[in-house]
Amino acid sequence: MLRKVLLGTVCAAVISLPAAAQDEVEVLHWWTSGGEAAALNVLRGDLEAGGVSWQDMPVAGGGGEQAMTVLRARVTAGNPPTAVQMLGFDILDWAELGVLADLNALAEEENWDAVVPEALQAFSRHEGVWIAAPVNVHSTNWVWANANIMRELSLEQPTDWDSLISTLQAIEDAGYVALAHGGQAWQDATIFDSVVMATGGPEFYQASMIDLDPDALGSETMLEVFNRMGQLRGFVDDNFSGRDWNLASAMVINGEAGMQVMGDWAKGEFLNAGQVPGEDFLCFRFPGTQGTVMFNSDQFVMFELGDEGQDAQVAMASAVMSPAFQSAFNVVKGSVPARTDVPNDDFDACGQQGMADLAAANEAGTLYGSFAHGHASPAAVKNAIYDVVTAHFNGEYDSETAVEELVFAVEGAQ
Amino acid sequence: MAVSTVDTAVRTGRLMRALIYALLIFFAVYYLLPLFVMLVNSVKPLDEIREGNMLALPREFTIQPWLTAWSSAQVGVQATGLAPYFINSILIVVPAVFISTVLGALNGYVLTKWQFRGANLIFGLMLMACFIPFQIVLIPMAQILGDLGIAGTRYGLILVHVVYGLGFTTLFFRNYYAAFPTELVKAAQIDGAGFFRIFRRILLPSSGPIVVVTVIWQFTNVWNDFLFGVSFADFSSMPMTVALNNLVSSSTGVREYNVHFAGAVLAALPTLVVYIVSGRYFVRGLMAGAVKG
Amino acid sequence: MAVLSRDSEVSRPDLTPSVRDRFQAWLPKLVLSPSFAVILVFVYGFIAFTGYLSFTDSRILPTFGLVGWENYSDLWSIRNWWRAITNLAIFGSLYIIICTCLGLGLAILLDQKIRGEGILRPIFLYPMALSFIVTGTAWKWFLDPGIGIEHIVQSWGWESFEFNWIKDRTMAIYTVVIAAVWQSSGFVMAMFLAGLRGIDNEIIKAAQIDGASNFRIYRKIIIPQLGPAFLSAFVVLAHLAIKSYDLVIALTDGGPGNATELPATFMYSYTFTRNQMGVGAASAVIMLIMIASIIVPYIYAEVRGGRHGR
Repeated sequence: MLRKVLLGTVCAAVISLPAAAQDEVEVLHWWTSGGEAAALNVLRGDLEAGGVSWQDMPVAGGGGEQAMTVLRARVTAGNPPTAVQMLGFDILDWAELGVLADLNALAEEENWDAVVPEALQAFSRHEGVWIAAPVNVHSTNWVWANANIMRELSLEQPTDWDSLISTLQAIEDAGYVALAHGGQAWQDATIFDSVVMATGGPEFYQASMIDLDPDALGSETMLEVFNRMGQLRGFVDDNFSGRDWNLASAMVINGEAGMQVMGDWAKGEFLNAGQVPGEDFLCFRFPGTQGTVMFNSDQFVMFELGDEGQDAQVAMASAVMSPAFQSAFNVVKGSVPARTDVPNDDFDACGQQGMADLAAANEAGTLYGSFAHGHASPAAVKNAIYDVVTAHFNGEYDSETAVEELVFAVEGAQ
Repeated sequence: MAVSTVDTAVRTGRLMRALIYALLIFFAVYYLLPLFVMLVNSVKPLDEIREGNMLALPREFTIQPWLTAWSSAQVGVQATGLAPYFINSILIVVPAVFISTVLGALNGYVLTKWQFRGANLIFGLMLMACFIPFQIVLIPMAQILGDLGIAGTRYGLILVHVVYGLGFTTLFFRNYYAAFPTELVKAAQIDGAGFFRIFRRILLPSSGPIVVVTVIWQFTNVWNDFLFGVSFADFSSMPMTVALNNLVSSSTGVREYNVHFAGAVLAALPTLVVYIVSGRYFVRGLMAGAVKG
Repeated sequence: MAVLSRDSEVSRPDLTPSVRDRFQAWLPKLVLSPSFAVILVFVYGFIAFTGYLSFTDSRILPTFGLVGWENYSDLWSIRNWWRAITNLAIFGSLYIIICTCLGLGLAILLDQKIRGEGILRPIFLYPMALSFIVTGTAWKWFLDPGIGIEHIVQSWGWESFEFNWIKDRTMAIYTVVIAAVWQSSGFVMAMFLAGLRGIDNEIIKAAQIDGASNFRIYRKIIIPQLGPAFLSAFVVLAHLAIKSYDLVIALTDGGPGNATELPATFMYSYTFTRNQMGVGAASAVIMLIMIASIIVPYIYAEVRGGRHGR
């Protein structure tokens, strides 16, 4: 045993030499699909041009769940990566543990305070200290519709709940699947996000999803939210369970289905299929949520490394925040920059609209973190709500039970 | 009359035999189907897969998905294909299987031929290593690997696989050696042969079947491991299964199912070959007492 | 002495015979001790650690504030946990029964001096060699009503054929059984085949001469002799059932809803994705108790039986 320990230490000393070199960053992320990896490659190119080499640590699966397990093992072993892709409350949870780096010097030098929307700063700063560099902003309250079906049935873009329902009904009556959807907890929750906002408005969203006020969670409004979820469930085909979101998008693209409720990353699927916005497909805010932007933001969280590797880490944070990279990355990825001062010249119409919406919502204070994507409540609560939403959507609870279970689940998870 | 019946087989009529063959073939189809689906779809162009008959033979045969999966698929930021990870896996599997087999053989030898007080208790305690759910060991294991300074390296992974393989390898060899005549060992001892010499000259030469069982068992378990690989490897030691997972479960974008299937078959190839080549010895080894109670 | 000189560890010429003897006496224990030591630490140490965590307020990483039995009471109040336990009961019993019957049946069939046994045996065995990371996509396709078996049978002309279990929350757990049986039954077959081949033929011949029917011979003579194989199969299958994780993740990811949650997926998600490590550890302890209640009697029997060689 002792020999093993000694051997291990010797091995480690030999092995960890290269990793301790100054000019390397090891990045843990789950952007492994073609488009995402291409976007990330922009960053890698920038860093390597500056003499910082990139050690790739991709861990795909479950929207980063697998990656978070890996991160726990790495931090426990005292061997954290330089930077980790992370979302919302996870960042703050890690910050609580005091294992993150302090980026304040760089942030001050580059004046991040002024260019990053406050709602995002809530996740990139912990007790006043910058700990993460936000890369992008996605927005979740979007509807994607097949323009040909809409034209064929001479349907108008719905603007409120009733017109949404009548539109979906018309599509269903014409023999199409009205709502393309994949039955995975996070997708159910993505619809729930928009329905809560549309039904109760921003104040109710704030009270129920962010402040987790038991009165709001158990209210009549919440009952209405679940009733509406039930209504939407009626427009989904029987074969939805377990379907990946991009396959649901494909149903809209192929003209099998009329609409999909999904974040703006869906745009990439439509563009990849050679579709033209406005002509082949329509994108509009979920009816009843116009004027609000529900967001999630990928950030690179920087871990405390000690003296070694710090320069490379700072170089990476700076590269992530450079306007040129924010533009180049988000053009490829389909999201909008996390900085509000990036020129919009390279973006397509949808992207420019997204940037304008973000700026406007930031001004008006109607920028809300998406519950479904971990920007409204910590992981335990988020998943507890997922359980209820998905059980209701799959017909296990009726709306009354769902409201009761919601209050109970949120209380239990806090 | 029953002269021809050499094993437990009973006499059967012609109809009965036809039925037996039919049943066996039916189940062979059941077992083969997933592999068939993977193989057939790995040589189709993506358009043909989209048309949707997953059992149809390819109309247009293409080897491209295999080449892509092996050498140019996007596994992370780099489009390296699975090739480098294949090598990582080999570098982990070979030492891990070797060390755990050798230790298991020695343990089995000690536990059966050098019995001391408490040996059975120790064996019983060691068996628990076969049954522990791996999810619970992640965090404390990470801590220990960190303390040893081998976190994120191949050596760390080898250690992990050896530790959790020991229960099985010890069990296999112990049961096998238990049936080995102790008199031979006693006789050699009287002749003055030492511990290792007896092992090498007397037990090892007749250990063939059980070595095969142990190696197959360990090889498949270590090669197929995902949980430890993903948790304890870093960019330079990531095994094949982790890379395959990155390939097939990326969250967005067009899913190239043909490349996914080709990658999956590539990842499975070594274990498949091991089973097919040595399947016969596997049953023989089991007969020799590996799993008998 | 000259003979021994090849064994480096025992061949120090300067050692007197008595020291050497003593060393020889200690050597077996010395050889065994590193293995035993690592298992003490990495198995029992970690189990103790998990047990301790289950009484703490750990969330994202281990912390050491004790909270008594709170995690356990939380655990038993979570609906998902009850579902996981119920599912395990359904899944586990079906899995064990079907695998055992199928394994035994195939072993008996394969034992009839079958031509092509050499081809069939690896076909039955190979699923054991593949992980669900490899076969998951194929299975998902296969069970998916839109492209899988339902679609295919319908396209053969049987229009009313339905097989949509994986989409149905009351039936989804049975699709997990189908895939799990596929993976393990071949291995069970190999164990029974080994058992069958080890049976003394004289008794069977005698029975045949007495005119006993085939069915009777199997029921009365052969199967009763397979006791140890049954026991091994049960232990292997039972602990695999409790540990089942990959296959649920690959097939359904716990869905539809949470209909296919099992204790192992529950434990993983509470420990690693829901940041409720304390509750996760509590569920792990329950799992360990379940495993121990199956394994410990087996180990006891194993150790007893092995005492006098065989």
